[in-house]
Amino acid sequence: MRINRSPQTRVASLAVSAVVAIGGALMLAPFYWLIVASTHRTRDIFSNPPNLVPGDQLWTNLVNLFVGEGFGHAVLNSTLVATIYALLGGLVCTAAGYAFAKFRFAGQGVLFGIVLVILALPSQVTLVPLFQIMVQLNWLNTYQALILPNLALPFGIFLMRQTMQSVPDELIQAARVDGAGEFRIFAQIVLPTMRPALAALGIFLFLAQWNDFVYPLIVLRTSDAYTVPVALASLQGLSDTDYGQLLAGTMVSVLPVLGLFLFLQRHFVAGILAGAVKQ
Amino acid sequence: MTSSKLQPATRRRWRGSAPRLTPYLFLLPVLVLFAGFKVYPYIYAAWLSLTKIIKGQTTFVGLGNYGRLATDPIFYKALTNTLIILVTQVPLMLGLALLLAVAFNSTLLRFRAFWRTAYFVPIVMGLVAYGILFSTLLNSHHGLVNFLLESVGLPRVPWLADPVWAKVSIIIALTWHYTGNSAVIYLAQLQSIPGELYEAAEIDGATAWQRFWHITLPGLRPAITLTVVLSTIGTLQLFDEPYVLTNGGPNNATLTIGMYLYQNGFKYFDFGYASAIGYVLTGIIGVIALVQFHFLRERQA
Repeated sequence: MRINRSPQTRVASLAVSAVVAIGGALMLAPFYWLIVASTHRTRDIFSNPPNLVPGDQLWTNLVNLFVGEGFGHAVLNSTLVATIYALLGGLVCTAAGYAFAKFRFAGQGVLFGIVLVILALPSQVTLVPLFQIMVQLNWLNTYQALILPNLALPFGIFLMRQTMQSVPDELIQAARVDGAGEFRIFAQIVLPTMRPALAALGIFLFLAQWNDFVYPLIVLRTSDAYTVPVALASLQGLSDTDYGQLLAGTMVSVLPVLGLFLFLQRHFVAGILAGAVKQ
Repeated sequence: MTSSKLQPATRRRWRGSAPRLTPYLFLLPVLVLFAGFKVYPYIYAAWLSLTKIIKGQTTFVGLGNYGRLATDPIFYKALTNTLIILVTQVPLMLGLALLLAVAFNSTLLRFRAFWRTAYFVPIVMGLVAYGILFSTLLNSHHGLVNFLLESVGLPRVPWLADPVWAKVSIIIALTWHYTGNSAVIYLAQLQSIPGELYEAAEIDGATAWQRFWHITLPGLRPAITLTVVLSTIGTLQLFDEPYVLTNGGPNNATLTIGMYLYQNGFKYFDFGYASAIGYVLTGIIGVIALVQFHFLRERQA
């Protein structure tokens, strides 16, 4: 705003910028090192002095990973599961958020209370029961075992209810007077106006499923069912870990979501914040 | 069209309001999923916590698992570790996030949008990915961090092998991962504080520190409450970082309650004991979160 800066302001500006830049460099350094390490052999990753520029082993590492370890399976599993989860979860949470924000019905307070209680309960408590449910349903190693238990995400419902409150009631009322059915109103009026929040929730859900580790580790017992994080952890567990291959795999796990995030970050940050701060 | 036979007023009311069942239909998927995958597992875990597998049979043992937990030194070790990480990491991270948010909101900072993104992107990296990354960076003999320390004349640090440094490593990893996220939440709240407040204070001769203390901090109270409670709940459930970085070691120095639950459930297959740990953890989280909420709300009023 201020155009003519005093010398004092310039010094302050330089100091603040320098401190933030040093911290920011520390934040980004692991990403840079990931790229460097994924292009080297194990012994060159841990060489002394260390290699700080990319090498020429990326292709070899990727071939070892995808051909030797069948990492493609994991990438395919993760992509499918995270995509289906984001789409279905977005729909289910939005529908519930819509019911809570735009209707008055018996039991509303109790039901929303349950959403909040589940939001606060530690999910680790359900690990053992969920494992047993999946064994009984014969769902170990399946996509539905990964997708269904957290599809109704309390945070997502909460977020969509908050955001939905900004959709004007008159819009919905007018459509009703015009004789539109309730599901048509939802699909053709509510969903389109919620697009930014939906995008945010979609990325959030995709990231959550793509990166989830503990629960998939429990319900995925065979390597061809592994998701990316479980496959990576299994590579790290080997006695003579090939770090070049492991870090190439780590890069494969990070770059797509990093790209998705940078591409959609405006929606993501704004959408999540709307829900987080507005309460 | 049967509705055309109705009185105009009745017809309008019928058309202008939704059928009573509609909200329940929109909620139906969530209700079914909650019943099957949340409510039932929580109740089932409560039952499991009262049982023990004796000779292959699930046997009711009353509060036996809780009694065992009350005198289990490893559980207290895990509880202490978790609380140490909680009381150091959460204030450190939120303090840094607060300073960052003020910087991001200040015209003094150049390239604000770039730095905001730079601090925020670690959140997209999955826990396994950054566990692997940090364990190679912090490797005692061949890691980059120790090489850099040595090259400026500092001693090597046994990052993951020493009980104290292993906790420090986990705190560093957590701070790297989540600080930007909290900073962005603070930033959003900062931007909602009216600028006139600062202008009026400046005219009245308030110093920068006074403005921060009397305008910025009170204005941020809701966001601070939110982040304190959420970070506390998250830290009390801490599992992934110690699992991938230290596996709870060395000598249980980074064993957390979440890891102890996992070990009992899926390494020793003692489902009853694991469930009891889960319920004790629930109780601890409930009490701490309620106290924090009460305290922060009270000061807000």
